[in-house]
Amino acid sequence: MAEFRLPPNSRIRKGKHFPAPAGAGAIKRFAVYRYDPDSGQNPRIDTYEVDLDSCGPMVLDALIKIKNEIDPTLTFRRSCREGICGSCAMNIDGGNTLACTRAIDGVKGDVRIYPLPHMPVVKDLVPDLTNFYAQYASIKPWLQTRTPPPPDRERLQSKEDQELINEPAACILCACCSTSCPSYWWNSDRYLGPAALLAAYRWLVDSRDEATGERLDQLEDPFRLYRCHTIMNCTQTCPKELNPAKAIAETKKMLAERRH
Amino acid sequence: MSLKTPLGRVLGLGSAKEGTDHWWGQRVSAIALVLLGSWFVYSLLRLDSLTYLDVIRFIGMPLNAVLLSLLSLTLAYHSYLGVQVVIEDYVHAPGTKVVSLLLSRFAHIFVAIAAVYAILVIGIGS
Repeated sequence: MAEFRLPPNSRIRKGKHFPAPAGAGAIKRFAVYRYDPDSGQNPRIDTYEVDLDSCGPMVLDALIKIKNEIDPTLTFRRSCREGICGSCAMNIDGGNTLACTRAIDGVKGDVRIYPLPHMPVVKDLVPDLTNFYAQYASIKPWLQTRTPPPPDRERLQSKEDQELINEPAACILCACCSTSCPSYWWNSDRYLGPAALLAAYRWLVDSRDEATGERLDQLEDPFRLYRCHTIMNCTQTCPKELNPAKAIAETKKMLAERRH
Repeated sequence: MSLKTPLGRVLGLGSAKEGTDHWWGQRVSAIALVLLGSWFVYSLLRLDSLTYLDVIRFIGMPLNAVLLSLLSLTLAYHSYLGVQVVIEDYVHAPGTKVVSLLLSRFAHIFVAIAAVYAILVIGIGS
């Protein structure tokens, strides 16, 4: 059966509290999930009081400030700090999003920060995305053709054709959508999840690709594609405001279309 | 422990090349149920009374018997498809999963046949 409660060694306990330094101005409390596999202890929630007067506007700014000035053991991924690399995806204030584009201002009360849900945790806010990346690789995210390319130039595409792939190609694979999907929580071993399916759709509608049929063959499966029950958490949570739910619906329509 | 690669695990046993029938069937039966269900509710509201004899007479009329049989079959089919999804979502132990799916299928067929049989008995018997 699906597990509805965390296993005993994953249940979260109360952690340490780091009060604000004396003379701090605007104080905001950050409740952050901490887990260190080497310690052999359960995960805990540490609370940090951060002086917003000397902190950047985004949640990632606060995390970096905490790591630099309060607690260097805090572990998280980050790179571009402008919403294009997808590294700092985490669960902030109950929703999956990028820490670098989520404003501290927008969170009422304490800022609760957890790793992406239902993934194995490597440490603190760092989830293990091995399976997620393997699923992306499994949909063959590259151009497949039989027609040889023209000898003198690139493969051409009309403006209208390009517009079809503009949105799905803007996905940064941050995993916010897949890890927000209950269907993915229960069946991530067989269900591809919204991110991989959005990527698959990006190649299905690419006018230059000639493997549409084979791609649909590979997706037509009760688990790989049809575990999607149109819950739409993916679209709601996407920090890039893309629409994986629509891409999946279009894929289902293509599969229905080719048999009628 | 397995040293199988992550990609190997994801590819698993390959695509089953099905699921579209299930998805389409669920939607088509849903549309049919909207029509049949509306007719059913409308007919119940229009009944003079809900006494035993009036209801038996209603079921016994040919068109009603046919539509009620269709409603029962479509309902059972739609329900089976839905329960199948729930089982596949939440039951992961291979043995338990297959047994649950079979039990659900048997139960739904039993209910469907029993309903049609009851309607026929009333329709032909009365």
